[in-house]
Amino acid sequence: MIPRTATLALLLAAALPAQVSFDRILHADREPQNWLTYSGALDGQRYSKLTQITPANAKNLELKWVLQTRTPAEPNSKYEATSLVVDGVMYTVQPPNMVVALDAASGRIFWTHAYTPSPAARLCCGRVNHGLAILGNTLFMGTIDGNLIALDARDGHQIWSTVLGKPEAGYSVTLAPLVVKNMVIAGPAGGEYGISGFLAAYAAETGKEVWRFNTVPKPGEPGHETWPGDSWMHGSGSIWNTGTYDPDLNVIYWGVGNPGPDWNGEVREGDNLYTSSVIALDADTGNLKWYYQFTPHDEFDFDSTQVPVLADITWQGSPRKVMLFANRNGFFYVLDRVTGKFLLGKPFVKVTWATGIDADGKPIRVGHSTPEGMLVYPNNQGGTNWYNPAYSPRTGLFYIPSWMDTSSINYERREPYKEGNQFNSGVATHDVAALVPARNNKRLPEAGWGAIQAVDPHTGGVKWQFKMTDVTDSGVLATASDVVFAGGREGYFYALDAKTGAVLWKSMVGGQVSAGPVTYAVDGKQYVSSPAGNAVFTFGLRE
Amino acid sequence: MSCLRFVFPLLLAAPLFAQEGHGVTPADIERGGQVYMTNCAACHGPDGDTVPNVNLASNRFRHAATDQELIGIIQKGIPGTPMPPGNYTDAQAGVIVAYLHSMATATKTVRSSANPGDAARGKAIVEGSGQCRTCHRIGEEGSFAGPDLSDIGRSRRAADLERSLTDPDAEIRQDNRTVRAVRGDGSKVGGLLLNQDTYSLQLIDAAGKLVSLDKSKLREFEIMKTSPMPSYKGKLSDQELADVVSYLASLKGGSR
Repeated sequence: MIPRTATLALLLAAALPAQVSFDRILHADREPQNWLTYSGALDGQRYSKLTQITPANAKNLELKWVLQTRTPAEPNSKYEATSLVVDGVMYTVQPPNMVVALDAASGRIFWTHAYTPSPAARLCCGRVNHGLAILGNTLFMGTIDGNLIALDARDGHQIWSTVLGKPEAGYSVTLAPLVVKNMVIAGPAGGEYGISGFLAAYAAETGKEVWRFNTVPKPGEPGHETWPGDSWMHGSGSIWNTGTYDPDLNVIYWGVGNPGPDWNGEVREGDNLYTSSVIALDADTGNLKWYYQFTPHDEFDFDSTQVPVLADITWQGSPRKVMLFANRNGFFYVLDRVTGKFLLGKPFVKVTWATGIDADGKPIRVGHSTPEGMLVYPNNQGGTNWYNPAYSPRTGLFYIPSWMDTSSINYERREPYKEGNQFNSGVATHDVAALVPARNNKRLPEAGWGAIQAVDPHTGGVKWQFKMTDVTDSGVLATASDVVFAGGREGYFYALDAKTGAVLWKSMVGGQVSAGPVTYAVDGKQYVSSPAGNAVFTFGLRE
Repeated sequence: MSCLRFVFPLLLAAPLFAQEGHGVTPADIERGGQVYMTNCAACHGPDGDTVPNVNLASNRFRHAATDQELIGIIQKGIPGTPMPPGNYTDAQAGVIVAYLHSMATATKTVRSSANPGDAARGKAIVEGSGQCRTCHRIGEEGSFAGPDLSDIGRSRRAADLERSLTDPDAEIRQDNRTVRAVRGDGSKVGGLLLNQDTYSLQLIDAAGKLVSLDKSKLREFEIMKTSPMPSYKGKLSDQELADVVSYLASLKGGSR
């Protein structure tokens, strides 16, 4: 018989969650039962080593639990958060900023922390949040009114709050932060409000800023010369999605948003660094190692906010550390992530704004936005967008949620900057709604459609394509048993064969999937989970 | 009940069709057009040019340099002028702004008939020789095969109506698309497209039956790019056309 005190100690030990050290995050692949960071691991691959759900048994997936939002969703406030799972506890963010800790096996809630954003918060594209980061016993969340806050993962109480920018000027924080060492990396959204963008590191313990990199360089900073006059002051370069980290190189990689104003490039002649680019920063100092600008002098709102996926592959016969990047501008890129050298760029959707990419990696541009309007493929939402891709080292394929054959007419106007107002200087019209689908889809097929595409990074060629009638805002998840999970606007959540794209299983969840799916295990049972509509749906194999 | 029918779309549908971010869809513009025609056209006219020295279709606004300022005017009015405040959410005002911009860029291919027409004579044609209710519904009468015209005067200008009568293919609104399909057994089915996804199609047939079709069980299907409606060009005299347009423009949904 175990003594009573010992029983108590055992119970306490079981109840207390283990701290999430940075070492655990660094080696997240060693504990695939958990989902410790936005992309599952710091390389951004969103690839899980769990293998219980296979192409053979995926047909036996069934609903295990649903978490409904407590309040009705606001218009445009999609559920975009990637959940974290730590030792059987799931942490998710209901829009806009309500954090919920729940039992990942049953869906029962442990605690809820409802952050009340300032009414001054303003967002171009919905009151949304992409999820949390965790370090130790602390969760980190961006808020739609421009703050980064730390919460105790055990009871949800707030530990500290740091201001990234004031909401009255259009600053918001919608990304899931990234923990690197003892720092929390984040930056402000607000690319449609003429903000001054930056990426910064904050001390995880205190919220104090450690370093800051201005994505629109200020006077005296390299790259400032790409902005005429005072156009840099409202040049945006927002940060609104999560980056990646290479521990061997000690480099942080991050995608940067569009320049401001969006459509009228005449007021900012030049390349407008570092907008619509990926930046590589020294993790300790924030110093720029290299950058690659996908869309110089962007006039089509082609934020490069996508997750820069890091992979070690054999490139033309030699091992190479590369970055795989499916860009909103419609091109799929392979870059050398040590040097930033351009290796490959190929369209993965219909592209008309450029005819190709030259040997130096510069797009060969065709035209620009005009007052009369310019028809551009892909549309304003891009060939893909912030919804995460996935890479499977097993299949060697890169999986992209793609918007196929979509177009916009981009109109340029002249608008003065006014703090707090949208600073777009134009508008895009398009058949496919930007954020939330109409309840009924009555579009013609040529207005565009959605797909999950599997691309071979060595050639940029499409190995397979799973076609959907409507487009998709869903992230993609790949597993070591060669299953790919993703959803779409129609409200289906799919398991696809990672090698062929064949549908293994699907479930109608009744609302658009606009988040990244995760997989995890509790008590040896594998689950796959994704928000859709206003709820989180979690599936497992029938027992 | 006639009032409720139109209050609901304004209160509920507008946020759903809200201008999203910094892009607009045809649905946004259509919704904005409906709000405009209902609430703005009485003073500004269907083409936005009946208030002296104000042309809403010019894309130039004396009191607003940005869309946000336009939204502010729509919500708060302009003190010292007859422009009153309006009780609109940002989303509702946003779709009106989207419509105003569309007025500037829309190609005006037809002009409103100079002849105001006689609505009573137009009604007789619609219900009689024009055989419009073979496909269209007005109030409780008519078929489900084509668009419901019960409130067409709320959303369409006379010029638009005239063009639809003489050149039905010129513009087919998203809500008015038809679909034709052939089932595996060779039987045909068709009607107004209501919805679709990767696996299915939803439609309403001429008899008003709601039909859901499994795409995998169809031999073929097509969303039509042309209108099944015949052109009335040459079939109606200019006077008759003006009469019909006048009648249709008068339909504001009060008939049920």
